[in-house]
Amino acid sequence: MRRLNLQKTENMAADMRLPTFRKQVSLSPSLSALDGKDLVVPGDVITSDTGFMRGHGTYMDEEKLTASVAGEVERVNKLVCVRPLRTRFNGEVGDVVVGRITEVQQKRWKVETNSRLDSVLLLSSVNLPGGELRRRSAEDELTMRDYLQEGDLISVSSDLTLTSNLGPFSFIAEVQSVFSDGALSLHTRSLKYGKLGQGVLVQLSPSLIKRQKTHFHNLPCGASIILGNNGFVWLYPAPGQQDEEAGGYYTSLEPVSLSDREVISRLRNCLLALGAHKVLLYDTSVLYCYESSLPHQIKDILKPEVMEEIVMVTRQKLVEQEG
Amino acid sequence: MATVQVSEAEKVYILHGVRDDLRVDGRGCEDYRHMEIETDMVSNTDGSAKVTLGHTDVLVGVKAEMGKPRPMVPDEGYLEFFVDCSANATPEFEGRGGDELGMELSNTLYKVFNNRYSVDLKSLCISPGEHCWVLYVDVLLLQCDGNLFDAISVAIKAALFNTKIPKVHISEDEEGGKEIELSDDPYDCMRLNVENVPCIVTLCKVGHRHVVDATLQEKACSVASLIISVTHKGTVTCVRKVGGGSLDPESIFEMTETGKRVGKALHAPLMALLQEEESLGKKRQKVGFLG
Repeated sequence: MRRLNLQKTENMAADMRLPTFRKQVSLSPSLSALDGKDLVVPGDVITSDTGFMRGHGTYMDEEKLTASVAGEVERVNKLVCVRPLRTRFNGEVGDVVVGRITEVQQKRWKVETNSRLDSVLLLSSVNLPGGELRRRSAEDELTMRDYLQEGDLISVSSDLTLTSNLGPFSFIAEVQSVFSDGALSLHTRSLKYGKLGQGVLVQLSPSLIKRQKTHFHNLPCGASIILGNNGFVWLYPAPGQQDEEAGGYYTSLEPVSLSDREVISRLRNCLLALGAHKVLLYDTSVLYCYESSLPHQIKDILKPEVMEEIVMVTRQKLVEQEG
Repeated sequence: MATVQVSEAEKVYILHGVRDDLRVDGRGCEDYRHMEIETDMVSNTDGSAKVTLGHTDVLVGVKAEMGKPRPMVPDEGYLEFFVDCSANATPEFEGRGGDELGMELSNTLYKVFNNRYSVDLKSLCISPGEHCWVLYVDVLLLQCDGNLFDAISVAIKAALFNTKIPKVHISEDEEGGKEIELSDDPYDCMRLNVENVPCIVTLCKVGHRHVVDATLQEKACSVASLIISVTHKGTVTCVRKVGGGSLDPESIFEMTETGKRVGKALHAPLMALLQEEESLGKKRQKVGFLG
């Protein structure tokens, strides 16, 4: 919906109100997702049986197995562990993450991926401009800043074994391996990964992103989305006629059209609404939320009552789809 | 101020968006984010208010103490400001990190609020030259998501509205010395007239246009901002430029006009909301910090 820029009336005043308790949106008590799940808080005794092996999120307190984080208890044969509901991103091999370069070091970049440690992107793990495959020379080391600078965003994937830490550009990469200290090593080997251009980054909790086969989606509403496993979601205008490779280092700085912008802003607000109500994020849920938000103005989506209404409709649609 | 890093492409995206009057979250250049205001939540102060603007959270407490008036103006009280940037807001404020920002905020608040045109300082006088009320205004930053000045000024106005200063009776005893009595009744108090208290509007220059209520990402794209304090009549009481970039006089004029318009429009809904909260009285459900 277009706004008239010239007429400034009282509608333009700030939306002020008294605070109210935030209600948790739930469909009905019988459909509560808590049925059958074993939730614990730190200090809760899980079992007094000594026959179990203790996994992550637990500790032994005088012969009793106690939880150290708040989350769900998982039992696999004799192994008991607690999976926390909200935590920093723990990367696994093959995860797709969106990260920001924080530092440029010798032969590698440090990347912030919302995990406990900064992740590492080695110079040998990126595609050089032109797609060439050759040994990295000393010259490449000196011109690292020409490829990726502090502040840029990338998309990457994580591989096997290396564990290292990577750096603010937005780029998308794959986790290559996990270092012994828990830091992630990333690579942008495939052409679909690499530096990201114009768009919007939304930071959410990693536990809200559903693990799927692919994390790159071209939504029918006119924008594209990358759901990084680390909770960073990248929204960008759908690529044009020619298929530009995301792995390229040339980013188009042409102005994005107003209709694309509206779609992206609406999606961003929908993502924040879903995140605030702890709805699992995947392409279908984002799309349903977008559709149910269409009757409202984009900037109204972040008002508490509008958020609740939209999330309610989205949840209903998701339940209908499953049932 | 807390900073976020943005890439060049993101900056270009934000700049073009502002140029087309459609910001990243769908607002226009003159729209504020969703604001929530609550008063009277800190029980051991004389007045308090908490303002949430987007993700920025500010808590203001006002305490009234008796002190000696300033020698130049013996028949007026005064206000003292202290801004505490707590490490809760952002890790950059850990240790002494928040002191510099706190000093800058306090100094601006002194300029804006501590004069007789904004607050009726004469009503704070008890006996000229000897006793007066000193209002200690403490601001606590709980969360920082851009646009601190606006949130702080709205919170200060709400807290001053909420302030209840006990009524004082001065009696003379036998030797001619003055005796000060505070009334025992907790409801026997005087309220301040906050009609003329200004609200601050921060305008950030992004590209060729300016935005009101900038988020941290938009702040990272702007090099200069203008802070204007505006009363309910639209009078500008204080103008200050912050940031390392330059502003040409035309921009300053345009930004001042916008600031006047936006600032004037802030007061009426704020006072209406505060009156509504007051009229709810005991029936009001206090949300506090855990809502």
